[in-house]
Amino acid sequence: MTNVALVALACGLIIGLGAVGACIGIGLMGGKFIEASARQPELMNSLQTKMFLLAGLIDAAFLIGVGIAMMFAFANPFAG
Amino acid sequence: MSSAEHAPTASEYIVHHLGHLNTKPQKSIIDLSVLNVDTLFWAVLMGVITCYFLWRAAKSATPGVPGRFQAAVEWLVEMVDDQAKAIIHSAESRLFVAPLALTVFIWVTLMNSLDFLPVDLPGKILAWVGLDHYIHAHRIVPTADLNGTIGMAFGVLALMLYYNIKIKHLGGFIHELFCAPFGNKIWLYPFNLLLNLIEYAAKTVSLGMRLFGNMYAGELLFMLIALLGATATWWGFGLQLVAGTMWAIFHILIVLLQAFIFMMLTLVYVGQAHEGH
Repeated sequence: MTNVALVALACGLIIGLGAVGACIGIGLMGGKFIEASARQPELMNSLQTKMFLLAGLIDAAFLIGVGIAMMFAFANPFAG
Repeated sequence: MSSAEHAPTASEYIVHHLGHLNTKPQKSIIDLSVLNVDTLFWAVLMGVITCYFLWRAAKSATPGVPGRFQAAVEWLVEMVDDQAKAIIHSAESRLFVAPLALTVFIWVTLMNSLDFLPVDLPGKILAWVGLDHYIHAHRIVPTADLNGTIGMAFGVLALMLYYNIKIKHLGGFIHELFCAPFGNKIWLYPFNLLLNLIEYAAKTVSLGMRLFGNMYAGELLFMLIALLGATATWWGFGLQLVAGTMWAIFHILIVLLQAFIFMMLTLVYVGQAHEGH
């Protein structure tokens, strides 16, 4: 395979595997949040703040991956 | 893109838009002699705007019925103050850290919001006023530049060290470096020190990288979406409109969320500096 083809595969893997991880994380956390707020609705507001904070933390690794993959796709240091 | 001889290819377009206005070309990954003038300029400008707005809000605040602007600022102040109270228990430190967190939040939000300007607008404006011969490349989002975000993260690191030394004094801080988290045994000192150093490095780097990664990915996607319109076909324009709108709406969430996370982590890290082991 050529370098460009390998880089294209790598970009797909970076985004795809990152998305799997981030989605599982967000799914678990969102489910727990719904569960917790069903048990104790009065805690919903303070939990919501924390949930968004954690959602950002979970999303960050994935979005960094997307950024790097996009950079490889367009301004590639390896394609040379 | 001043030369009109040939239209840039997609790759050239992206590479051009990712170029910084440097004092000189960057050769290696770490080169402290290079200044990214565009990042500095926009970051300082946004900082000045932040301070001006907060100053105006404080100046014109009335105890009577608040206007919309005052109500918005009051809501922000209250929000940050609540978070600070929950995280930092020392009222004396809060006097400095809570306003800092508020400023950081609004500053980062403003810097991130520069992402919403059309990607080609700054270049076009520069071309209209005839400055494009001097300013060959220009990126306006300071937080989409790793130097900008890591710089802010270093600021937070400095605060962490300052409060560590202020609260525990120099002796206590060094004692903690060597004795936490495994325990006060002489043969554990190297491991404790190593773990603490890694912890500080990881905190700082991840704080900067998180903001940078989100903003960089967002900026890059806006550029890719702009390339759709560059096909100069109707479906290209339509897709750019639809995709651009959707991504911009999603990006509003990311912009505010990342600014909030940066603020919260600043508070959390400074709060951790107050806790002894």
